[in-house]
Amino acid sequence: MLMETPDETLALAAASGDRSAFAQLLARHYDRVFGLCWRLTGSRADAEDLTQDICAALPGKLHSFRAEARFSTWLYRVAVNAAHDRRRRAATHARAALGWGEWEVNRQAAMAEAEDAQDWLVAAMTRLPPELRDTVALTLGEDLTQAEAAAILGLSEGTIAWRMAEVKKHLRKQAAEEARI
Amino acid sequence: MTEDFDKLRDGLRKAPGADPARKEAALRLAMQNFDRAHQGTQPQPRPIPVRPRNAGLFAGVRTMLSRLTTRPILAATTSVAAICLGLIVVLPITPTDLTTPKPLAEVAPAPEATPAPVPATAQEAVADLAAVSDAASDTAGAVNGAVATGQKVPAAPTAPSMTRKRVQDGQMLRRETYLPQPSVAPTPIAPAEIDPGVQTAPDTEAFPQAEANPIKVTAQDPVSTFSVDVDTASYAVVRSSLMQGQLPPDGAVRIEEMVNYFPYTYAAPAVGEAPFKSSVTVMPTPWNPGTQLVRIGLQGRLPAIADRPALNLVFLVDTSGSMQNADKLPLLKQSLRLLLPQLRPEDEVAIVAYAGSAGEVLPPTRAENSAAILDALDRLEAGGSTAGAEGLELAYRLAEKMGAKGEVSRVLLATDGDFNVGVSDPDGLEKFIAKKRAQGTYLSVLGFGRGNLDDAVMQTLAQSGNGMAAYIDTLQEARKVLVDQLSGALFPIADDVKIQVEWNPAQVAEYRLIGYETRALAREDFNNDKVDAGEIGAGHAVTALYEVTAPGSTALANDPLRYGAATPSTDSPELGFLRLRYKAPGETTSALIETPITASDAPADEDARFAAAIAGFGQLLTGAKYLGDWGWQDAIALAQSARGEDAFGYRTEAVNLMRLAQSLSVQ
Repeated sequence: MLMETPDETLALAAASGDRSAFAQLLARHYDRVFGLCWRLTGSRADAEDLTQDICAALPGKLHSFRAEARFSTWLYRVAVNAAHDRRRRAATHARAALGWGEWEVNRQAAMAEAEDAQDWLVAAMTRLPPELRDTVALTLGEDLTQAEAAAILGLSEGTIAWRMAEVKKHLRKQAAEEARI
Repeated sequence: MTEDFDKLRDGLRKAPGADPARKEAALRLAMQNFDRAHQGTQPQPRPIPVRPRNAGLFAGVRTMLSRLTTRPILAATTSVAAICLGLIVVLPITPTDLTTPKPLAEVAPAPEATPAPVPATAQEAVADLAAVSDAASDTAGAVNGAVATGQKVPAAPTAPSMTRKRVQDGQMLRRETYLPQPSVAPTPIAPAEIDPGVQTAPDTEAFPQAEANPIKVTAQDPVSTFSVDVDTASYAVVRSSLMQGQLPPDGAVRIEEMVNYFPYTYAAPAVGEAPFKSSVTVMPTPWNPGTQLVRIGLQGRLPAIADRPALNLVFLVDTSGSMQNADKLPLLKQSLRLLLPQLRPEDEVAIVAYAGSAGEVLPPTRAENSAAILDALDRLEAGGSTAGAEGLELAYRLAEKMGAKGEVSRVLLATDGDFNVGVSDPDGLEKFIAKKRAQGTYLSVLGFGRGNLDDAVMQTLAQSGNGMAAYIDTLQEARKVLVDQLSGALFPIADDVKIQVEWNPAQVAEYRLIGYETRALAREDFNNDKVDAGEIGAGHAVTALYEVTAPGSTALANDPLRYGAATPSTDSPELGFLRLRYKAPGETTSALIETPITASDAPADEDARFAAAIAGFGQLLTGAKYLGDWGWQDAIALAQSARGEDAFGYRTEAVNLMRLAQSLSVQ
C-alpha cells in the first residue's frame, strides 16, 4: 500500500489548482467535518447544510491555507467560523423575520424534544453557554488537546483550561438540580 | 460528577453518520466551485444561506443554538445589556412564582422556554460576564451577534409601547414580552403538566391601530377614496369583549365592520347589470342637527343558489396546543359541521391540520360523502407535537389539485392567532397569499378564542387573499358566517372594489368618513388596477357612512379662510359624485360605475337609521370625539326604533350589547 500523501501537501496542491488533490482532500475530511458540525449545531439537518456551505466555500478559502498549521487544525477553524457565521445569520434572520408563529413551530418542536428523556445530551449541551459548547465539541467530541482547541478557537490554552473547569461546574450544578427534582 | 463528563464525551462521540446523498451533493458542489475558482471567474465563493428543510432530530435545539451566538464577547456597550439581563431574571424569583409556575402553554416561545441558554440565575449571568471579560480578542462580527443576544431582554419591559406600531410589529411584541418569565423555571416545563384551559398568561392579542378619520374641508380635499370591507370580525370581537365584562380595546373597534355586520335590504342588481348596485340616502345626523349623514350602500348580486359553481374548500385547521379550549377547536368542529349540510354533493372538501397531527387529514372528498368528512373532523385533536410546517402550502396545493375550470377554490384558515403555517417571514406570507389569489385560490380567515387573537394579521391575510376575516365566538356566529351567509363568504362576485367620492364644495363644505380607517387608499390608487382592494361576495352588502356639513352651517368645524378661499364654480345641486371600480373575479382590468349623490326628501329608512346607530355605538366605544352630548341612551333609543323585522335577532342583540357597554363605561 502506498503511503498516504499528507493533507498539507494535498492542500497546497489543491490551492494551486490540482483538481484531484482537492477531490481527495474533500473525500478524506467530509465525514469529520460533518461530525464537528453536528457537535456544533446539535442538529443533523443543520450539520448537513453547514457542511455543504463549508465544502462550497472551501475552494475559495484554500488560498489562505499556509503550511504553518496542520490542515486539520485549519479546517476545524474554517468549520467553527462557518458555524459562527451561520448562527449569526440565523440570529439576524430570526430578528428580521419575527415571523408569524415561527416561535410556535419551535416551541412545539422543543416540547417534543424535552419530552424525550434520552436526550440528556441535548439538555446538557443546550444548558451550556455557547462558548463552552464549542470548547466541549472540540475537546471532548473531537478528542483534541486543549492546545489544539486553543489554536482553532484563537484563544490561549489557559482559557480553554478555564472553560473546561467551567463545564465541569455546570455539569455538577445540572446534576444537583436534577437530583433535587 | 466525572460520570456526567464522560457521558457528555460519549454522547458527543456518537455523531450520526453523514447522509451519503447529501455528501455527494456537497462534494459535487465543492468541485464545481473549485473548477470555477480555477477558471478565475469566481474568486471567492461565499457560503449560500441554506435554511434547514427538514425539522430534524434536534430541530428545537438547533434554533435554540442558532438564536444565540457562539461567543458572547460582549463589548463594553453590550455588557450593560447583559447586566440588565441579570437583573431581570432575578426579579421574578419570588416565592409565589416558584410555587405556582405560570402556565406557558399559550405563549412560551420555544427558544426561551428551556432556561438553559438564558442564564437562569444571577450567578450564571455573572459567570457569563466573567467569561466575557476573559475573552477579549475577537472579531467585530461576534460583537454584533452578541448585541443581538443582549437586546432581547431589555426590550421586554418597553414592549407595551410597541403595540402602537405596525401590524407586523405585533409579532415581535408577542415574542419578547414573555422573555423574562420562562427563565424563572429551573427546568424545562413539561408540556403535559400545563393546563391549557387556564389562561393567566398575558394577553397577546394584536389589533391594528388607526386614528379615526378627521373632518376634511371639501375645498382643499374634495376626494375621498377607500376600499370596501366586508369583514365582520370587529363586531364579533367587540361582542366577545363586552360579554366578558370588558370594554373592547380601541384598535378592535372598526366601525365599518360593525356596520357591515348587519344585513340590510338594499335593492339588488337586476340580471345583466353590474354585479352590485349602489343606493345612496341622505338623512339628518342623529348626533349633530347641523350635519347630514350620507349612507352609501352597495348590494352584491344575490346568489342564484341553483346554478352556483362547484365549490372546493380546503379547511386549514390550527391544531396547536392552544386550540384546546372549548371556544376554539371544539367550536370550530361544530361550526364546520354546520357548514356541511349547506354544500352540494359535487362540492369537494379537504382538511389540512397544522402544528399537530401533521398534514393532510382528509384528502379531497366530495361533499356527498359526509360520513368521511365528519369522521375526519372528529379526528382533529389539539396538541400534537409535530409541527406541520407546510400547512399553508399544502392547503393551497390541495386546492389547486381540486380546482377545475369554472369552480371556485377557497382555503379557510381557522386559527386562534398562531399563524405557524410554514411561511415564516410575514411579508413572504402576504406575498404568497396574494400570488395564490392571482392564480384563483382565495383565502378566508376564521378567528377563534380570545387571548392570543391576532386580529391585525387575520385582517391582513384575508385582505391579501381577497377573502373575509370573521371572528367566531359562539355557535350562532358560526351559523351566521358559515350558513346564512355561506354564499357571500365563499363566492366572489367582484374583486378589488374601490369607492371614490368627490364632494361638491357648493353643497358640502366639510365631510368625514366614518370608519374605513384601515382601508383608506390614496386618490391616485383608485384608477390603478395594480392596487389591491376588498372583494365583494355573492349577496354581500357594504355600507359606508359620511357625515357632511353644508356651507354656512353653524356646525362647521373649520372657519372659512380669509385669503384664497375659492368660490365654488358650480351651482349643481348634487352633493357629490360616487365612483366605483371593480374587477370581475379573475380579471385584471377594472370596470367603472358612476352615480351622482343627490339629497332626497324621503325619510330615512330603518336600515339607514340602524346603521347610524351602530356607527354611533362604534364611536362611543372609541372616544366619541364628534358626538357632542349624544350618548349611550340616544344610541340605544335609535337602534331600538330601527330594529325592523330582524329575522335573525342580530339587531336585538346589538341593542343588548349597547346596554352592556353603557353599564361598563360608567364604571
